[in-house]
Amino acid sequence: MKAMLTGFAAILVIALGANLLLQQAGFASHEKLSGSAVRLDVEK
Amino acid sequence: MRVLFWLLVCLTMGLPVTAQTTADRSSTGGAQTLADIMARQNGEDVDDTFRRDNTGDPSQAATADQQLGTRGGISDPEFWRALRYGSADVRVSAGGEVATVLVQDGGMSWLAFRAGPLRQYGGWLLLGTLALLAVFYLLRGKIRINGDRTGRTVTRFKAIERFGHWLVAGSFILLGLTGLITLFGRVLIAPYLGKEVNATLLELSKWVHNNVAWAFIVGLVIIFVMWVAHNFPSRTDLVWIAQAGGIIGSKHPPAKKFNAGQKVIFWSVILFGASISITGVSLLFPYELPLFAKSFAIANDIGLSGLLGLGELPAALAPQEEMQLAQLWHAILAFVLMAIIVAHIYIGSIGMEGAYDAMGSGEVDEVWAKQHHSLWLEDIQQGQKAKIAPSSDASPAD
Repeated sequence: MKAMLTGFAAILVIALGANLLLQQAGFASHEKLSGSAVRLDVEK
Repeated sequence: MRVLFWLLVCLTMGLPVTAQTTADRSSTGGAQTLADIMARQNGEDVDDTFRRDNTGDPSQAATADQQLGTRGGISDPEFWRALRYGSADVRVSAGGEVATVLVQDGGMSWLAFRAGPLRQYGGWLLLGTLALLAVFYLLRGKIRINGDRTGRTVTRFKAIERFGHWLVAGSFILLGLTGLITLFGRVLIAPYLGKEVNATLLELSKWVHNNVAWAFIVGLVIIFVMWVAHNFPSRTDLVWIAQAGGIIGSKHPPAKKFNAGQKVIFWSVILFGASISITGVSLLFPYELPLFAKSFAIANDIGLSGLLGLGELPAALAPQEEMQLAQLWHAILAFVLMAIIVAHIYIGSIGMEGAYDAMGSGEVDEVWAKQHHSLWLEDIQQGQKAKIAPSSDASPAD
């Protein structure tokens, strides 16, 4: 049971870490495919 | 596998893989006829080369001082046709190759396949698997341990093995559910719970799917490294298969650490999981990791596509087509793997007494081990004896 919960906790940690890294990687669609002239409801 | 996928797409979408007969279009001066339009609307194959290739001829252009001479021998319809079929020489100052595709014809096929056969066959595959398991449960019931438990246990899986398993399992369930929401939300959630609920679920699903994917990949590597040595086919598997794994009847065929059924699950997870992961990463970084044109070119070169009767596969694809094929392949394999895993979850939980202990506490009763993995238990017990034996023979001076 402990191994299962550790596995689930690792999923959460990896997902949060991946989110942080991917945000900085600059591969979001709005970063890749639009410029400053495009009005999108996202922070650029 | 991608070649197989291409075959599936061709068959399902009815792409023109068969020879076309030349139609008489003299009544329209070579333009499409009512018969062409009707055929297309009926979903029949229409050889569109008479339009696709009709994009003007600069070598026949009038000189610049003559009427329309400055158009370079290409009329407006011819120019738009070239744009529509992706053969126009488009040059862009920003956006790269992706931005040169102004009209992407394959997008409609992708959309139709995704909204049609993918949802239908994928959905029925999962529901069919659940129904089969329900019927099996009603007929066979829970596979019980024969006799009483001894109370003596053996360690079936160490903590690190269980950690790897649950890392893959937990992430796969999250990825499966969020993938299903993404594919079916529009038809199964929005009409009943509203578009707002669907939109919120989609946004959440996208976040989970994009980020939990990495945990799945890490888990996949861990279980591969830990278990690959135990999953090579062996002669014992033939006996196990011959007796249908003991699932039908009351016999318990001998098995090592993993029986033939578990090996099938293992290799399905590894191979399908790897292909799903690779296409998933390709989708996470759009247009950066195109996979299919290259794979098709290799299949053409080694003669695989010809061997399978697929002819020449397209070795040049628009960047958008790469993403569309990656999405479909990703989803098709995911459906197959989900169906396999549903069966795996069944047998590891309500389907078999004592099976969950192996991945829960890691300790299984000796009777269970003897009935389901007798050769493995013998190995373990011999190993334990071997450990004890030298110490009992040894004198203190040793």
